[in-house]
Amino acid sequence: MSTFVADRRSRWVSVPAVHLILVIAALYSLLPLVWLVTSATKSLGDFSTTGAFEFGEWNLWANVKTLFTQENGIFWHWLLNSVLYAGGGAVLGSLICAACGYAIAKTSFPGRRLLFALTLTGVLVPTTVLALPMYLLASELRIVDTFWAVFIPLLTNPFGVYLARVYADASVPDEVLEAARVDGAGQLRTFFTVALPMMRPGVVTVLLFQFIGIWNNFFLPLVLLTDPKLFPVSLGLFQWSTRQNQFPQYTPLVITGSLLAVLPLVVAFLVLNRQWRKGLAAGSVK
Amino acid sequence: MSVLAPERAPVQETPGSPEVIGRARKKDFAGLVLAVPFLVLLVSTVLVPVLYALYLSLFTERLQGLGFSGPEHVFVWLGNYVSVLADNAFHAGLGNVALFALVHIPSMLIGSLVLALLLDSAVVRLRQMWSLAVFVPYAVPVVIGGLIWAYLYSPTIGPIKNLLGVDPLSDAAVLPSIANIATWQWVGYNMIIFYTALQAVPKEIVEAARADGAGGFRTAWSIKIPMIRPTVFVAVVFTVIGSLQLFTEPMVLRGFTGTVTSTWTPSMYVYEAAFVAGDNGRAAAASVLLAVICALLSAVVMRFSTRRSR
Repeated sequence: MSTFVADRRSRWVSVPAVHLILVIAALYSLLPLVWLVTSATKSLGDFSTTGAFEFGEWNLWANVKTLFTQENGIFWHWLLNSVLYAGGGAVLGSLICAACGYAIAKTSFPGRRLLFALTLTGVLVPTTVLALPMYLLASELRIVDTFWAVFIPLLTNPFGVYLARVYADASVPDEVLEAARVDGAGQLRTFFTVALPMMRPGVVTVLLFQFIGIWNNFFLPLVLLTDPKLFPVSLGLFQWSTRQNQFPQYTPLVITGSLLAVLPLVVAFLVLNRQWRKGLAAGSVK
Repeated sequence: MSVLAPERAPVQETPGSPEVIGRARKKDFAGLVLAVPFLVLLVSTVLVPVLYALYLSLFTERLQGLGFSGPEHVFVWLGNYVSVLADNAFHAGLGNVALFALVHIPSMLIGSLVLALLLDSAVVRLRQMWSLAVFVPYAVPVVIGGLIWAYLYSPTIGPIKNLLGVDPLSDAAVLPSIANIATWQWVGYNMIIFYTALQAVPKEIVEAARADGAGGFRTAWSIKIPMIRPTVFVAVVFTVIGSLQLFTEPMVLRGFTGTVTSTWTPSMYVYEAAFVAGDNGRAAAASVLLAVICALLSAVVMRFSTRRSR
């Protein structure tokens, strides 16, 4: 890199300063998670007798065991629900986004500009506005307190459509579509066998971020669900956390549960590092 | 994420022989088929609820006579809007999110911009490691991020009260404490967005500035930041909207401190009106007002961005 030469002048003055700032930023970001790990290994009594970041008596397995047996193992339900809501929703949702984004970018059905404008507006509509009418509509349809009441609304991802349109524009050349057509492939077949594989890095990014979005969502499940068996893990942990003042024994459960709920996401991001970075780059620089 | 991709005229729109037109028409239909699943979702989970909220906001439930016949749906024009706008709790909520935004937006943006510029500078080693470390909090669900910080703030369990000498959950400190949770969660995400945009700044321009004698700070301030301005403004719009909708973090802290009221933010106000007080009209009116404020603010920010970049 030729910028190297210019930097040499101030290099040994600023390199330690730059790295010091990065170290501080990394500590700020990671220390709360370190705290989560050390705290998940403690019993309730150890919270007051040990420092926040030091290990007490190794109590992790006992905590995990209580966590999974509490209220007849409801934590299993919560984890499974989160996986179903987020996993199913992200796979289906990102496919729907990819199809619509591709259709807007590469086909010319009437009204596609209007659809795109509506999609962009949809990005800006606050969840708060949607929650009450959705609850009332779901009551009309008698699907309040069912899996579908949460699953269907969270499939809608206008920003994903916007991204998918950008990816389709950037990664699917018109010549390839033309060639597929000459070979006699129909539009639907062309999308699934030609365009979708070309858009894959982008679609994986939409999938990952929709997964995070659904795993994170709190307002809709809070409003639409009352049966704890249908809760996603964050709503369940939230409900336990509101009981701590009266029942301190919930504290280690909430902490250990939080650790177990965070781990899969952190691992997913680290493992898919290259994929989502490439996708974000394509989406943000266009 | 930053700028809309330029409209490209699709090849198939140029009309030609009847055969081509026939093919194009068939294609239109196929495109519609691909778009329909999302269209159905958009209509049923966004458009219809928004229209329904508008409708609800014009009515109220009233008990008639002795109340034997049950509540009645009464059209009240803009009555719900008037009562929300006159409600001190709603004002207080707006004030809280405004203050929250004033703390959160500058600290988050400056933090992520500085980190992105540092990562982009030639002197940094192990870029991947630093950016991943700062990004990790984004992968933590908001409820859980809120819980972790709530424990860290809590005077009995957490170290922060002893460290700072201030109770982070006290009346005066709870707002910056909540802003800190949001900043912790979003700095890394925006850092990556900005860093990605910085990578696209042409190297020749940066080198030319260096050759002219501009130092690292000068290059960052006069070349790099102006070049990624559209990306920064989109991030500002998303952060403004997110700030106005603040809900989860204060809801979580409510379990730890009495200083956060049930109507602490406008979103909590809507939740309280709808699901605790059961006043659908007032809740709908408040949520519509919130959406209008969101739309106005994003329009103002975007306008500001286009004017400045000219």
